[in-house]
Amino acid sequence: MASKQTYETKPLECWGKAKQIRQDFYRDYAEAHEKGGLRWAGGAWTFGAIPCGLGDDVYSLTSEPYAASIAADKEFSMRCLEAAERAGYARDLCSYMRNYWGSVILDEYLWGGNFPKPDFIWQDHVCCSHAKWYQVVCDLEPGIPSFCIDVAVGPAGELNDNRLDYVVGQMHDGIEWMEKVTGREYDDEKLIEAVNQECRSTSLWAEVCCLNKAIPAPLEEKTMFSLYVLGTLMKHSKAVADFYEELRDEVAERVQSQIAAVPNERCRLMSDTQPPWGFLGLFRYLEEYGAVSVGSLYTFGLIGMWEEMSDGSWGPRTTPQQAGIEIKDRDQALHILAEWNLHKPEWQHFYSPHLKTEMMVRIAREWSLDGVLLHYNRGCEGLSLGIAENRLGLIEAGYPVMTFEGNMGDEREFDLARTKARIDTFMETLGHARS
Amino acid sequence: MTEYWRWKEYRWHDEEVDWRAGELVTAGVDVGSVSSQAVVMVDGELYAFSSMRTGSDSPESARKAMDWAMEGTGLTLDDVGFVVGTGYGRVNVPFSDKAITEIACHARGANYMYGPGVRTVLDMGGQDCKVIRCDERGKVSAFVMNDKCAAGTGRGMEVFADLLAIPIEEVGELSLQVEEEPPPVSCTCVVFAKSEATALLREGWPKSKVLAAYCSAMAHRVVTLLEQVGVEEEFAITGGIAKNIGIVRRLEDEIGVKAQSAKYDTQIAGGLGGALFAQSLLKKKLNAN
Repeated sequence: MASKQTYETKPLECWGKAKQIRQDFYRDYAEAHEKGGLRWAGGAWTFGAIPCGLGDDVYSLTSEPYAASIAADKEFSMRCLEAAERAGYARDLCSYMRNYWGSVILDEYLWGGNFPKPDFIWQDHVCCSHAKWYQVVCDLEPGIPSFCIDVAVGPAGELNDNRLDYVVGQMHDGIEWMEKVTGREYDDEKLIEAVNQECRSTSLWAEVCCLNKAIPAPLEEKTMFSLYVLGTLMKHSKAVADFYEELRDEVAERVQSQIAAVPNERCRLMSDTQPPWGFLGLFRYLEEYGAVSVGSLYTFGLIGMWEEMSDGSWGPRTTPQQAGIEIKDRDQALHILAEWNLHKPEWQHFYSPHLKTEMMVRIAREWSLDGVLLHYNRGCEGLSLGIAENRLGLIEAGYPVMTFEGNMGDEREFDLARTKARIDTFMETLGHARS
Repeated sequence: MTEYWRWKEYRWHDEEVDWRAGELVTAGVDVGSVSSQAVVMVDGELYAFSSMRTGSDSPESARKAMDWAMEGTGLTLDDVGFVVGTGYGRVNVPFSDKAITEIACHARGANYMYGPGVRTVLDMGGQDCKVIRCDERGKVSAFVMNDKCAAGTGRGMEVFADLLAIPIEEVGELSLQVEEEPPPVSCTCVVFAKSEATALLREGWPKSKVLAAYCSAMAHRVVTLLEQVGVEEEFAITGGIAKNIGIVRRLEDEIGVKAQSAKYDTQIAGGLGGALFAQSLLKKKLNAN
């Protein structure tokens, strides 16, 4: 029988700061040239710490979170998607990519003004779409120099020196290329600082996610989306690492005081892949059943870096600083950066759905879940790869699974009424009624 | 102009039963995307029902279905102790005491219609298909629904009936009148399947063969859903498409399991389940008082 206990709840005190960091990020990028700075664009997965060596006035626009922000603005998103379609790009391509291209084609920046053209592109190839994304951008905005790193070296468990050197070698080439196209001298000290901050922020985010093992959960996933996103913007920055430290302390305090994200928590779920960004109200709908989505491999593992603790559970990865490693030069910094990123949980399932299932079952067990919501996301071939296999694995492990079809960035492929109908039935099967 | 897709709306009540002699009169109203059914039960036994098309106004459809089910019985809404609304329009049943999902109601209704042995229920509705696993009490343990494509649903079959000018009640039987089973239409979408069928007619295919190709595609599509949940005997089909022998037989052949035969109209399963839930809830309410 479900508990009728009601927990105390309150908003996050650091919420305003998170909003400010995000606003500054998009404003700084747009205004970089006015201050004599540089702009670069690339995916959120790219090695963003590396361009930091060009100076403190180098600002980025990471394409996936930018496209997700577009998707949340339904009117602008529709114009972007249609602009991409009019230009001849197929509707079944990555919807982030189509929203981004649409913004470039329309020459409109989501936050007003013309689309701020980057000075260079710094990308890596995590999936087929990422490999083509900026090739098209270069067609649409001719003359932007572009550099891409191939990271297809297999899962972390099979990483060896040769594979690591293959990625690091490209990073060295990339730095030389950056110096050439920007005319700036590269500062290794700034690179080392950025690598240290990236390790710090991504380990801290994992620590925050770990705190959500508590019952009641101090955070729910709709809020977590707005927090993890800072890591997708600039995980290598001191501002983000400092914010995650502050967030960690506040969330730990919430756990201590039993402050719940969802006061009527009765049922703990996780989701998977990017949500349909224009319909995050779904998470509030779940709360009417006392259901809290405590996160997902996506929110935990796209930015968070993890390792197995001595008790066998998942915990935050030990940073080089914590391990007493002092980074002394460029090559060492690049090796640490490459090795750190290639252990990213979200990177692993590009190689096998079984690796993802293992991580999902681990989360289900350690975060005390009652069920799983899987988004069959037509908008992202990379993260949806093998998701039906994950469903089977979770069911085999004893976790009820509800699937729903949709698209993270194209609302034409999401049906709110049907999804709510599925949630109603799923919650009924789990024995929960709406309040 | 003949509307071949238009299936017969009808009502029924048990003239041998005097509802006034019963203790618990309950109802389930299933407002689906294509059809609406109201089912009245007296002391847990089926007493009356109506089945009609859902109009554009869900509350009005619910009212009409309920009024029609009660027609000629002397019953009024005031005599009904508890009403459960179900189906897509469940929250728009103005006189319901509670809304329950159609998946829960179909499972419960199938349990009544086919007996407690039923473990797998396939509900083939107007605009979607659902496969439901349930226990001996008709409680749902797992389910899957089709995706956004309307192929394999009642509305798709209605489109084909109109295209081929065959009354909807006859399409199943006619689809079996082929010497050899043709390959299924590709059927990823009703609109495309219709274009494909038009091309086949132009090539000179008889209507029976085109229907066989479509019924076969629908059956095949539903089988992929069934396989996601796994078919456990005993297996039952509810919803309007259960009346289409052309699909049911092909489905049975593909999964190698025979569907239970229905004592009642398969289209009322949702409403029936709603009325059964209503009975349990009414008892609970009376006991609490």
